Amino acid sequence: MISQRSAGQTFEQGVRTVRYDLLKELAIAMAVSLVVILGLAFFLSSPDVPSVTIQSWAQADPVDFTTTANDELAGSSVTASYGPPYNQGTGSVQSIGPFSPQAWAGVHVNVDQPTDFVINPLKQAASNDAQLSGEISTYQGASADQQGKWHDAYATALKDAKVTDGKVTVADGDYGPVPAMLGRLVLLAQTGALDGLLLSSNHFYQTDYTKPLLFINDGGYISGLADGQHLTGNQWGMMNETGLYPGQTWLWLYTLWYQIPPFNQVSYTDLLVVLMMVLLTTLLMLVPLIPGLRDIPRWIPIYRLIWRRYYAQTKATTR
Amino acid sequence: MSGNITDESTGSWTAAARRQIERRLPWENLLPDRQPFYVGSWVYVFGVVTIAALAWVVLSGVVLAAFGPQWWHLSNAGRFFNSMHFWSVQVFFVFMVLHLWGQYFMASWREGRAPTWMIGVVTFAISIVAAFTGYLSQQNFAAQYIAINAKDAVNSTGVGGFFNVLNFGQMYGLHVMLFPIVVILLVFLHIVQVRMRGVVPPIGHEQKPAVTLNLRK
Repeated sequence: MISQRSAGQTFEQGVRTVRYDLLKELAIAMAVSLVVILGLAFFLSSPDVPSVTIQSWAQADPVDFTTTANDELAGSSVTASYGPPYNQGTGSVQSIGPFSPQAWAGVHVNVDQPTDFVINPLKQAASNDAQLSGEISTYQGASADQQGKWHDAYATALKDAKVTDGKVTVADGDYGPVPAMLGRLVLLAQTGALDGLLLSSNHFYQTDYTKPLLFINDGGYISGLADGQHLTGNQWGMMNETGLYPGQTWLWLYTLWYQIPPFNQVSYTDLLVVLMMVLLTTLLMLVPLIPGLRDIPRWIPIYRLIWRRYYAQTKATTR
Repeated sequence: MSGNITDESTGSWTAAARRQIERRLPWENLLPDRQPFYVGSWVYVFGVVTIAALAWVVLSGVVLAAFGPQWWHLSNAGRFFNSMHFWSVQVFFVFMVLHLWGQYFMASWREGRAPTWMIGVVTFAISIVAAFTGYLSQQNFAAQYIAINAKDAVNSTGVGGFFNVLNFGQMYGLHVMLFPIVVILLVFLHIVQVRMRGVVPPIGHEQKPAVTLNLRK
């Protein structure tokens, strides 16, 4: 870099320069931002609404829990028909014409919801319970058609279910062993045992919450709580936080598409929104190369505010 | 010694790399104590505050990672550092977005600075994913429902089987290790690019020869 001095002034490549201490600026920015961050942390703390557990769900709404478990066994839950990456279903597979990366990717996080969510936890609980073991055997020995009839009848009866001391009771009917099995599952859930059973996969340490989260999401309890915390999709939920705390506000544009047509009127909303954001991010990155987009700053003279002293000086010099 | 090419260093990759660095990023460019006179707006502060906030994000995150996930829920000190992390991320993004739009309206990609702009946009995009994995790692109700909401979008792209937002261990590992490294590396490259080419001049400014050329600094 070539510098020149003239009449007490320093020039670099023909431009007058002034003293500028970058490291002092950084140090001041660090100090000021720390004060702001400490103040915000001290006075406003941070959001930490407790998570929903299988236990809290089963205790708060045992009918919703039982209905969801019945759906899992019957294969009529959202998870049952979801599709990749959890299973071979097609219910939640999104495609735009032949373009379907979800289907192409295939199943990589296997979830067999009747076995994983209901049968296996009950079998573990039945190790010392001959009656429960017998009911599971009866259920598994029945035909698929018979099982379907039990589930349909029980689902209908659950709409008028009553809860007494945490236990779900329905009108008499032909439900086979289903009420007894699910009654036991409710008990397991209410004691907290099911939270652990859904995580176990022959390993001591667990960090993967895929199964319990899918199970909880199949019920209606968590979405009711999320609605109260303005976290659902139609409430711009992805960019929100619990309470009045700011969330991922930088996702406003991503979240915006979910609120407007045609994005919210098609079956492949998520895929369309993601593709839109990939396109917009690419355009933003390539702005320097795109005529029109790169010229907008010249048309909107915000730069004249930013460099107002420069332009004022230039104007004065040219007079 | 810099700039001296000796017979011994001819053909040396190390010496060639050193000469490249010395030529493209001399110390007076990397740490200049003078700037063009037009560098005098608050817009220039947005970038440096973003870097400062990133430093606090990383430092508070290191403390949180050192004490483990239960600490930030169950102790007052942990909750306070969690709050610091939370608010430093907010400050980071506020100033990053201000910096981005400031640079957009200054058309800062001019005169060979397009790579600087592009690295900046990539940094912004990766920072969003880094913050997203942080929100998923909070271990509270928001983390649960954000994961539930987000899984359909991630799954629709086909990457849900490899980037499982319902898997806390995977999201936490990515959040405390991979994404911070990537963001810090990109910010470093961004700063190096800025220092290599200097601050963008005002729109319409043409570089003029100095008034006199008889003195060298």
